[in-house]
Amino acid sequence: MPWTREQMAERAAGELQEGFYINLGIGIPTLVANYIPKTLRVVLQSENGMLGIGPFPRENEVDPDLINAGKQTVTELPYTSYFDSATSFAMIRGGHIDLAILGAMQVSEQGDIANWMVPGKMVKGMGGAMDLVAGVKRVIVLMEHNVKNEAKLVKKCSLPLTGSKVVNKIITDLGEFEFRPDGLTLTALAPGVTADEVKAKTEASYKIALQ
Amino acid sequence: MPKLHKNATEALAGLLKDNMTIAAGGFGLCGIPEHCIEAIKQSGVKGLTIVSNNAGVDGFGLGKLMEKGQIRKMISSYVGENKLFAELFLAGKLEVEFNPQGTLAERMRAGGAGIAGFYTRTGVGTVVAEGKEVREFDGNKYVLERGIVADLAIVKAWKGDEEGNLVYRRTARNFNPLAAMCGRATVAEVEELAPIGTLDHDLIHTQGIFVQRLFKGEKFEKRIEQRTTRAA
Repeated sequence: MPWTREQMAERAAGELQEGFYINLGIGIPTLVANYIPKTLRVVLQSENGMLGIGPFPRENEVDPDLINAGKQTVTELPYTSYFDSATSFAMIRGGHIDLAILGAMQVSEQGDIANWMVPGKMVKGMGGAMDLVAGVKRVIVLMEHNVKNEAKLVKKCSLPLTGSKVVNKIITDLGEFEFRPDGLTLTALAPGVTADEVKAKTEASYKIALQ
Repeated sequence: MPKLHKNATEALAGLLKDNMTIAAGGFGLCGIPEHCIEAIKQSGVKGLTIVSNNAGVDGFGLGKLMEKGQIRKMISSYVGENKLFAELFLAGKLEVEFNPQGTLAERMRAGGAGIAGFYTRTGVGTVVAEGKEVREFDGNKYVLERGIVADLAIVKAWKGDEEGNLVYRRTARNFNPLAAMCGRATVAEVEELAPIGTLDHDLIHTQGIFVQRLFKGEKFEKRIEQRTTRAA
């Protein structure tokens, strides 16, 4: 049984450490917030200018001046702070954010990531994705292993890059991969998924060191 | 010259011309200068280059200026929420220059601070770096990005005083202080006009030196893009 989106998010939450400042992308990464252990203090950063994102508001708490980077209404916490966009990206580009968890369309065996543009389709823009992958200390990608039978973990990205050699870890529905000094390595398999199945569904070359 | 004006039309008088560059604050529809945008629409000025993180939505925010074909070019990081934008872009009637969000913010800050350019790691190895100088510092590659100075900046604040000192509220701050810095002339709209001396001098976000004109907006619509709530 491959991992569900929720299980992928739960595994990613296992990467969090006490005191971490983290930025969660849109899509599966947003679900990670639901699995942060209550005993762990981590602070969520939103690139539109907020450190310490609270839960969604109750109906009577909705405030148009208080949104996250996905433009959803949110609430503040006792330790929340606000700032302008240049300060926000000083946190991101200056290496002050410990971890970013992002979605991707493709990741290459060198750690390149493509997640902002498909040639020929309407381009919406990269938002803060290029700044995040270039600036934060550690980048984890959460993505489906295949889309319509096409491998997303590839030898070389065919889509325009968001960043080059920036990904540290990938969690898919089939398993986990780490970028180690000696290259891309498969480190975990979802229950019932075999190494052969992963091999058949992956274009990138990788080593295997199951933990 | 008193900075305080009655409304957006009066505050923008004499500042608008065809083919100018305008920097606008706001993230999505949060903290956008909605009265200035409406007044620019009414003025009919065209051929505009707009520096703004986003491009509004259909019929609101900068989407209003797009409807009247007043915008020639957008410099933005994300424009996904606007169908008319897509149509105009695909028809070749609208130019767009995508900047990474942090690069856009820093370009505005730098332009306002008299810094012609800066090197950043963001965008190295991507289309963003094409045609730009890439230089190595301490073993890492950085791309040269230029500061932006706009002919006019339009910003929205929560409170302001006659001197032009501004205070923003929560995440409605976003690009507003940076837009205010990078405008050769900056017009601010505020929700509340604070009597001189009542804003805490230690807690001013944009200092009056960056603001040439301001006015109190009559009624702010403050539209919400993604209303998300939890059960009570």
